[in-house]
Amino acid sequence: MEYFVELFFSGLTRGAIYALIALGYTMVYGIIGLINFAHGEIYMIGAFTALIAATVLSLFNLPLPALLFLSLAAAVIWASAYGYTIERVAYRPLRGAPRLSPLISAIGMSIFLQNYVLLAQTPDFIPFPALIPEFAALEPYAGVVGSSDLVILLSTALIMLLLSLFIKFTRTGKAMRATAQDRTMAALVGINVNRIIAATFVVGSALAAVGGLLIASHVGQINCFIGFIAGIKAFTAAVLGGIGSIPGAVLGSLILGLTESFATGYVSSDYEDVFAFSLLVLILIFRPAGLLGKTSTEKV
Amino acid sequence: MAAPNVRLTWGDTGRALLTSLWFVFLTFPFLAVKINPAEQTVLWRWPNLIHVAVTTFLLSLAACLYRQYREARLDRKTEDDLPVGHNPLHLLWTRPGVRLPLLAGASAIALVFPLLFSTYQTNIMITALLYVMLGLGLNIVVGVAGLLDLGYVAFYAVGAYSYALLNLHFGIGFWTALPLGALLAALFGILLGFPVLRLRGDYLAIVTLGFGEIIRLILENWNDFSHGPSGIANIPRPGFFGLDLSLEGSITYLYYLMLGLVLFTVFVVNRLQNSRIGRAWFALREDEIACQAMGIDKTRTKLTAFALGATWAGMAGVIFAAKTTFINPASFTFLESAIILCIVVLGGMGSIIGVILAALLLILLPEYLRPLADYRMLAFGTVLVAMMVFRPRGLISPVRRTYTVRGRTISDEPA
Amino acid sequence: MEFGGIRALDAFDLQLRQGEIVALIGPNGAGKTTFFNCLTGLYRPTRGELLLTPPGGETRGLVGLKPNEITEQGLARTFQNIRLFPRMTVLENVMIGLHCRTRAGVLGAIFRGPATRKEEKETIAASLRLLSKTGLADLADEPARNLPYGAQRRLEIARALATDPLVLLLDEPAAGMNPQETLELDELICRLRDEGLSILLIEHDMKLVMSLSDHIFVMDYGRKIAEGSPVEVRRNPEVIKAYLGEEESDAPA
Repeated sequence: MEYFVELFFSGLTRGAIYALIALGYTMVYGIIGLINFAHGEIYMIGAFTALIAATVLSLFNLPLPALLFLSLAAAVIWASAYGYTIERVAYRPLRGAPRLSPLISAIGMSIFLQNYVLLAQTPDFIPFPALIPEFAALEPYAGVVGSSDLVILLSTALIMLLLSLFIKFTRTGKAMRATAQDRTMAALVGINVNRIIAATFVVGSALAAVGGLLIASHVGQINCFIGFIAGIKAFTAAVLGGIGSIPGAVLGSLILGLTESFATGYVSSDYEDVFAFSLLVLILIFRPAGLLGKTSTEKV
Repeated sequence: MAAPNVRLTWGDTGRALLTSLWFVFLTFPFLAVKINPAEQTVLWRWPNLIHVAVTTFLLSLAACLYRQYREARLDRKTEDDLPVGHNPLHLLWTRPGVRLPLLAGASAIALVFPLLFSTYQTNIMITALLYVMLGLGLNIVVGVAGLLDLGYVAFYAVGAYSYALLNLHFGIGFWTALPLGALLAALFGILLGFPVLRLRGDYLAIVTLGFGEIIRLILENWNDFSHGPSGIANIPRPGFFGLDLSLEGSITYLYYLMLGLVLFTVFVVNRLQNSRIGRAWFALREDEIACQAMGIDKTRTKLTAFALGATWAGMAGVIFAAKTTFINPASFTFLESAIILCIVVLGGMGSIIGVILAALLLILLPEYLRPLADYRMLAFGTVLVAMMVFRPRGLISPVRRTYTVRGRTISDEPA
Repeated sequence: MEFGGIRALDAFDLQLRQGEIVALIGPNGAGKTTFFNCLTGLYRPTRGELLLTPPGGETRGLVGLKPNEITEQGLARTFQNIRLFPRMTVLENVMIGLHCRTRAGVLGAIFRGPATRKEEKETIAASLRLLSKTGLADLADEPARNLPYGAQRRLEIARALATDPLVLLLDEPAAGMNPQETLELDELICRLRDEGLSILLIEHDMKLVMSLSDHIFVMDYGRKIAEGSPVEVRRNPEVIKAYLGEEESDAPA
């Protein structure tokens, strides 16, 4: 039973991280219909920036909370800047191009960023400091749920809440929804569509950066290739929930996280990634609209 | 055509300056700082930022000039509206009297290559030819039929492992394995294609990517079947009528074999493109719904393209196994698929000569410019983005074949 | 046919005989194109039947067949918003139409045996004939997207004819045409009818509809509100109310 609960919590934690990345996929897809293949790389950039910032700042002997806060800020700022730049450089010139062109461009971007970090820093795994504080009160339950699990779950929940408020009530959020429904019409009623798309990339990247910092601190090591697999899994989660749907992305992420956790816990850990990929292939074949998505018929 | 009027204003320079500052900011944590987490030390690399600043400044000026040049020269907006093949390389290629001598020269060099150069060079050339073959195969799927296949390497792996395993367990030789590997890969292509080919383009891309990774992960983890990450060694090179060849001889032999296969591929792809099936592929890429309404079976036509592409990957896989005599799952990662895709994209999605040029360029350049080899993948990524943004039609644009002779009125045509 | 609870087509029935031109008219959004999409298999009707009796053949039900199978059975269509293959040449567009009447496969393409060569030659010849018929022969090697609008509409008809249909479905063939082009279209459609083709036409150009049709069906909100000869339909008060909305003035005799 305890093993079950442990797997359950580790699944939830995984799911929460996937959700932070999956939201970026789903938001971008909802607004421009592009699978932003480079999004996983943004998550990696976020984690790396956090590591670099933490290492530099630790030279100044800052207390842990300040270190955490400043690295988080750095990760969010730089990941957002990268997200914005990618959109400007690789996607904006391709508005209106055939559907596959921006996807190929995105794949190129992903390969570029991976190797950019590889050359600029290191191809090896490097240790990541434990930035998330340990809570003494949780000590007795350490076998079941650790401090970082709890922090990840709570902060993810908080971020989701803020994001839904943002989308629902702010001007930018409303403009995002309008642009997602009909880009031409949104432009005609005076929304600066390019700005809104850029804003979507910035928000999505910021979320991915938070996810990057949390998971890196949780796992304790990173390298420049972590973005690829995490990106694919988050994408799986987004598709599972119904790509374009924000609650769908969260639901899909939790399901994927739990599935993986139980499958590796009870079946075999060798095939961890195979589960995710098979799930992805199966959903796309049997229910491409996902759990909460809508099927659409092309107008002839 | 008169040289278009392009010039830089102060505003452009200012914008370029801002761009370069932005990139300095962007690259600051990665290029200016180098961390050593083990020792908790930091190495500052300030000169890198100056390099970034200067490079991005110049690049953004160049981009500005290019934009002006394009706008001045063309009053039409997108490249898609231009007459086919306005780019210099394409014009050179289609100019009368250029193609034949070029082809003759290239074939002459190709024929005597192993006699002129060392075994080492020949070996590199074999790799390049292998990628030509892979590129041409994927070109059927991506370039002609417009199906973005990101898991092409899976079929390559199927080919390689079928030779390795069939040889290991049943002692089957290269010449039997070549068609068998192709057949098995085609079978895999059909098995995968059947359920996924009704998916929309971008979903298809991701599913094929997933499939490619599944195959690799299975090869990595199913030790009893595939020998896991340690791979399979001592795969025999192709035999020459039972003769025992020296290493050098067998490499020369492999080179000519490869050359022959590439020519065969070119022949087949060329014929396919100008056939009933080829037209259907191209039409499918243009408009699926109209295609169906015109009586084309969408799934079956796509499946044919997919299976044919897989067949070529399978053949290339067998040759790869025979060439390196050792294979393991690490040779079949997503990056391999990306490289092959890069070849097709750079080559112009559908143009045979373009794919050949792109494959030679992308494989040989990093081999001969050793200092640049580290930047290989970085360059591949850049190429994919830049091609999509600046030249979506590739180096050499595919030209639709015309069936009537221009200038002749239709009444002369046998009705 | 229903879309998420909305009934776009309701109890609509229509009959078409060989060599007949039947027009389907109605206000925008009445369900005319939806009806076409059901006929050609692009949508699958929730209920209903579609029967085709070829001359001297047996009656066959077409519901549930894939679009390409329906085309093979002898229903060909054009599209309201032109859907040519823009980067293929005019001739190739028509050759695509012949795809379902030809057989050459992969092996044929590679080895290019006598049978394949003969078929290819015949395909080209037949396509050129169709282009002459539609007045596009001089443009055969032009990419389809370079054609003027009227010519693109005619090319769509030529392409549909290439599938050798029994029934031709034309979705607003005169939309965007100038009077001269409309006149030529009128002639072309008449000629096709005289060759024994059955034609079902969706059209807003009342002059064209009235002069061409043997029989007119009027639909609104997915239902048939009137049918009959041009004269009958023109006098029908329901039609005037639903379709024209005022005294008949749009349809001079």
